[in-house]
Amino acid sequence: MNIPDYTIAMVVAIPLLGAFLTPLVSKINDKIRNIFVILVLALNAGLVFLLASEILTKGIKTYIFGAKDLTFPIVRILFEVDAMSIFMAIISSILVLIAVIYSWAFMKENTGLDKYYTLILLLTAGMLGMVLTGDMFNFFVFLEISSIASCALIAFWTDVGESVEAGFKYIVISSMGALFVLFAVALLYGQYNALNIALLSNLIQYTFLDKIALVLLIIALAMKAGIVPMHMWLPDSYGSAPSSVTVILVSATLASLYGVLRVIFTLYGNALSTLIRFDISVNVLIGWFIVALAVISIIIGVTMALIQSDFNRLIAYGAVAEIGYMFLGIGAGIVALGTAYGKIALNGGIFHIMNDALDVALLFLVAGSIYYATRETSLDKLCGLARNMKYTTVFFIIGLLAIAGMPPLNGFASKILIYESTFQINPILAIVAILCSILLLAVFVKVFFSAFMGPKISKYSDVKEVPKSMLISMGIIASIIVFIGLFPDIIISNIVEPASNALIGYSEYVSQVVGGL
Amino acid sequence: MIYNIPYIAVAALILLGLYALIFKRNLIKMVIGITLIESGVNLFLITLGYRKDSIAPIYTSSPGGTMAFPVPQALTLTSIVIGVAVLALMLSLVVHIYRHYATLDVSKIRRLKE
Amino acid sequence: MSEMSKIVRTISNIAFPFSMIYGLYVIAHGHLTPGGGFQGGAIVASACAMILVAFGSKWTITKIKEKRLSVFESLGAIGFIVLALLGLIFGVAFFSNFLAGSKYLFGTIPPMGSGLANIDTGGVLPLMNFAVGLKVIAGLFVIVLVMAYATTSFKEAKK
Repeated sequence: MNIPDYTIAMVVAIPLLGAFLTPLVSKINDKIRNIFVILVLALNAGLVFLLASEILTKGIKTYIFGAKDLTFPIVRILFEVDAMSIFMAIISSILVLIAVIYSWAFMKENTGLDKYYTLILLLTAGMLGMVLTGDMFNFFVFLEISSIASCALIAFWTDVGESVEAGFKYIVISSMGALFVLFAVALLYGQYNALNIALLSNLIQYTFLDKIALVLLIIALAMKAGIVPMHMWLPDSYGSAPSSVTVILVSATLASLYGVLRVIFTLYGNALSTLIRFDISVNVLIGWFIVALAVISIIIGVTMALIQSDFNRLIAYGAVAEIGYMFLGIGAGIVALGTAYGKIALNGGIFHIMNDALDVALLFLVAGSIYYATRETSLDKLCGLARNMKYTTVFFIIGLLAIAGMPPLNGFASKILIYESTFQINPILAIVAILCSILLLAVFVKVFFSAFMGPKISKYSDVKEVPKSMLISMGIIASIIVFIGLFPDIIISNIVEPASNALIGYSEYVSQVVGGL
Repeated sequence: MIYNIPYIAVAALILLGLYALIFKRNLIKMVIGITLIESGVNLFLITLGYRKDSIAPIYTSSPGGTMAFPVPQALTLTSIVIGVAVLALMLSLVVHIYRHYATLDVSKIRRLKE
Repeated sequence: MSEMSKIVRTISNIAFPFSMIYGLYVIAHGHLTPGGGFQGGAIVASACAMILVAFGSKWTITKIKEKRLSVFESLGAIGFIVLALLGLIFGVAFFSNFLAGSKYLFGTIPPMGSGLANIDTGGVLPLMNFAVGLKVIAGLFVIVLVMAYATTSFKEAKK
């Protein structure tokens, strides 16, 4: 079946239209507003999956805004979707749908919920626009839309002082990063008079100003992705936001990681093989830099998670360590560009993006359920909850085993790809990765025994199980995790392999736009 | 040399904005520092579109001659609008922080440690 | 905040219609002279903020409800997206200019090069300018109103 071309634009336009209609719909009734938001997001997820089935079989699709064909000079905005973009879009749409189903019951007694749902739909439109676009300035605009919407959502509980402080820190760091991205885009525009990614990739000659633009882009986008030493905002924001918001924030962070990949592999694809002094090529230098930052983030993430006593901040430091694993796989893939084990490392890094998003989301939803039931987030005061909350305990065990990399869950499938490929680059990297994975298991087993096992306390004797909508959303993620863990080959050969092929073979991305002229 | 003065102004604005953001303790002064950096980047965007002896790119009753590029002006407009939205958000968060912590000194707003 | 003296109130009463006319002129002629949706909307919103400062926030809160202004903001935004979708239905692609060259509202095509301004040109751009201008007026005025109301109630609570 041939779907029409404008589906690519509808994926961004439908959440935007829903976001502007939500304040009017919410004047009627509360339940109608909830059902309206879930319908809009389900329709959007259906369109994304339809688009995915078309792209993974037939190749890259483009859509030009405002005209039928491209004429030279290229001034129109294009959306260009290849397999890596649709991979990130699948993850985002699944996570947002689950977060909205969860927040039906979780946020029920808060006021101002029409603004909450409007901001969630705006954040969805911003994230999906960031991963689908083919134009550098359009990427900057969607980056700013998603960072403003997520800051307002982090500071949603304005009666708690810590949430407002975390929101202020987030917006200061986020707008600094976005201004550096704009500065780099202006440097590239001033030299080549082009804003389109494919056209810029054709014209780039790696002058001195291009090197400055590359450094600014990588540092600013990695700062928004949460790499040490720029990770300071991550534990504060993830730890003080409402739990359903944190799930969507995870997916917005990964969209900035997609920006790093797009800049290194596609925008500077021609320049990656130029040689600088001592006969080292550029990709080896960038790759080792990213690998060094990744190893530091794994070690710092795990060791800071050992000493935390707040449940949400502990999972947030675990998320910092997992982002380190993703960058380790990607950096090893950049260092060994062109060899077989480099391809395996890139596959592992990209597959770990999907696995880690699902694992961390499940852990945050469990933490939210415990807060909903007991109004307590500190691990010093929680004890013996497994007697009353049986389903939540089972979901926490699944999340614990998945994030530590135990077979047969999905964390193992991606981590073993990372271990076996980084061992061939340098054995120390694989040893550090395995050790920190074991430490992460120790951290979460400590959390499990302190919060769920233990003697019965009278304060928690009448704690009930959480409502059904929260259990349904946790169940959906847990079943996806178990499915990916049992059949990783289906996911790797159908979704991950085309994505890494599309990143390494950037000339097809370029020739879609430039080849016809 | 006279054509380089806007670029020197851009560098001065960005450096002053970074100084205000890093070394000042009042929250309002940090917000002003971010606005200075944003003004510097906007000035850089507009200066890129100038050609020698060009006039403004408007067709209505214009004398002839080369016109400056209009695309950077559209990009700068979008960036100014985004800057207004970020500024409104930051100032309302400062009002909320003052309500909770009763001070605007950044070194005392540290409930989220380690 | 309390209101200002009688001289300030009288002068702002006189200056308000002129500022509004100027702002609406900038919005309406956005496709011919510098200006457009955001710039004209900011001018009108600053005129409304002048009224707020001159008359005090207590009086303004009783006359203008914030909830009714947000309806205008949503209407402006919905108008923008609906115009883009109409470009998909009646034209070639999303956001395409389906009114340029047709015999409907803004359809004349001007000759190339410099000339006099003709307001009948532009296609779908003046309509989008109106939608964005409405949204910016309502949005910026609501921000200024809520900030004034927030500091007022904070000062009363502190006493």
